[in-house]
Amino acid sequence: MRFLFKTNYHQDIRLFKHGGQVFWYALLAAVLCIAPWLLPEYYVSQLVFIWIYSVISLGLMVLVGFTGQISIGHAAFLAMGAYTEAYLHQLGWPFALSLTFSALIAGITGIIVGLPALRVKGMYLAIATLAFGFIVEEGITRAESITGGSSGMMLEPLQVFGLAIDSEQSMYYLCLIILVLCVLGVMNLLRSPTGRAFVAIRDSEISAQSMGINLAYYKTTAFAISAAITGIAGALYAHKLRFITPDQFTFLQSIELLIILVVGGVGSIYGAIFGAAFWFSVQQFIVMAKDWLPPAIAQQTGLQPTVFGIILIAFILFEPMGLYGRWLKVRTYFQLFPFYRKGLFRRQKSYMKSERM
Amino acid sequence: MLQFLQLVASGIAQGCIYGLIALGFVLIYKATEAVNFAQGDLMMLGGFVGLTCTVALGMPFWVAFIATLIVMMLFGMVLERAVLRPLLGHPSFTVVMATIGIGFLARGVVTMIPGWGTDTYVLPVPYRDEIVRIGGSDGSGGLVLSMEHLMIIAVTALLILSLFLLFKYTKIGIAMQATSQNQLAAFYMGIPVRRINMLVWGISAAVSACAGLLLAPITFVHANMGFIGLKAFPAAVVGGFGSIPGALVGGLIVGIIETLAGFYLPEGFKDIAAYIVVLVMLVVKPNGLFGENLRKRV
Repeated sequence: MRFLFKTNYHQDIRLFKHGGQVFWYALLAAVLCIAPWLLPEYYVSQLVFIWIYSVISLGLMVLVGFTGQISIGHAAFLAMGAYTEAYLHQLGWPFALSLTFSALIAGITGIIVGLPALRVKGMYLAIATLAFGFIVEEGITRAESITGGSSGMMLEPLQVFGLAIDSEQSMYYLCLIILVLCVLGVMNLLRSPTGRAFVAIRDSEISAQSMGINLAYYKTTAFAISAAITGIAGALYAHKLRFITPDQFTFLQSIELLIILVVGGVGSIYGAIFGAAFWFSVQQFIVMAKDWLPPAIAQQTGLQPTVFGIILIAFILFEPMGLYGRWLKVRTYFQLFPFYRKGLFRRQKSYMKSERM
Repeated sequence: MLQFLQLVASGIAQGCIYGLIALGFVLIYKATEAVNFAQGDLMMLGGFVGLTCTVALGMPFWVAFIATLIVMMLFGMVLERAVLRPLLGHPSFTVVMATIGIGFLARGVVTMIPGWGTDTYVLPVPYRDEIVRIGGSDGSGGLVLSMEHLMIIAVTALLILSLFLLFKYTKIGIAMQATSQNQLAAFYMGIPVRRINMLVWGISAAVSACAGLLLAPITFVHANMGFIGLKAFPAAVVGGFGSIPGALVGGLIVGIIETLAGFYLPEGFKDIAAYIVVLVMLVVKPNGLFGENLRKRV
């Protein structure tokens, strides 16, 4: 068990809490750096998807996990990022510039979606995002001159600062670097006054307001930041797939993102990454399981949604803190060994809290 | 003019479906403050149960109708007991995600059940392909209404009336009203709040199943028919999320606007008309037409 003796205030907001963390993260970074050379190409490609989805869920986590606003239309921001990148790439803009622009456009969209936040909250805001998601999806399908409509858009291979990103390995490094930058960015955000305001809004809007936090301003900011990060992920997503159509950015996609969040653990940065990794592992596992399952079950198209539904409900009922919560429990068990108590993480039972007067 | 009336008539029929699904949301929202994203999928299940009752079990249509409502009511109650009750007192996000999970599960499982699967089915109804003419000289002109649409409107009216009577005059209905106004006070008054919540889920599931059965002759029965439930959200918001008459009125408004948009506006507007309406509504009058005050208790 490690005890941290805090001797000044800055220790509270340091990125790395102690030397052990520095060691383990350095080890993790080293493993991730050599991984693409050891793994078969297919798994590298899957890892690229995990990194991209981690960036998306990180964006969604800022909104859902840290600000407590539900977005059921996040695929719209992903689409904005992806299509902006695809269009600018077509025009021959350099990647750094087009990526910034994708984030910017998605962020501005986020502000527009966040605007109803000036007047409504809770479920109403969620339904506004739902409506917006559908409108963006339809708009992309109809704006054929820019997006190619439902026949989709092809992307030429990417070049970053003169380096050709043409193999899975190079894509892997690109996505990993951007993921790390996003994680650092969000960590930095969370220890800033803005991030603290977000968390305050999540915990209690009324208390936050009483402490002088401008709800509408911070909620709109949260939408903008969240959408911008998702837009960055969208740009990567477009380059990874090389071919984007509007039906990759549907309502179901938004729901999948929320499921990733819940499974990973709402309210932690680890959760976003754990969730994305888990999501792709499960898909992989289902594909592999089809070989040894009886064909009557294996060939069902409904197998995947059924498994996802069961996983989601099971997590909500039995592990509401998600994979991150499980990880915390296991870690605490070993740290405290043999003094771990069963009730250490017991869910607080609360009475039904009415939101009505 | 006649064309306009024609469109409005079919918009009303469509709106009744949205209204019924929205009614399902609102019942649950009023009683438990949970938003049920699986409402459309309950409707889809209702369609499939109805299909089994009529085709596989060979029941006459109206018997099958009642049987479906009963089966779905039981299903809704089991659902509440198994998934929702353990989540009592949790944040609304958790409950929303749980209902999304139920929706996923329902869509997946339906395609695995033999005889249901991923195919599209026709629900055999006795009033299929009949039309009713209003006005006009014999056999031509006038307002043409299909029997399917009329049946939707009639059954919806009947259902609303019986729900109204239930809430107004029966003991259990009054207990439900009390629960939705203040759970704690209702509990102190000796109302079995949990059982009432279970019953509300049952009624809500039955109402959506009813919508599914009415919609089946028009859109057919298939595993993804539940996505129409998403358009019931705009309906519920336009009417005011916690209001039962509001749900129906909102449904009608959304249905009519959607049908008119599909005809008069360029292609593509039909699918998003409902969402544009709800965004406008949220900006202009967030509480909806019949909504209650949204202030929050600290």
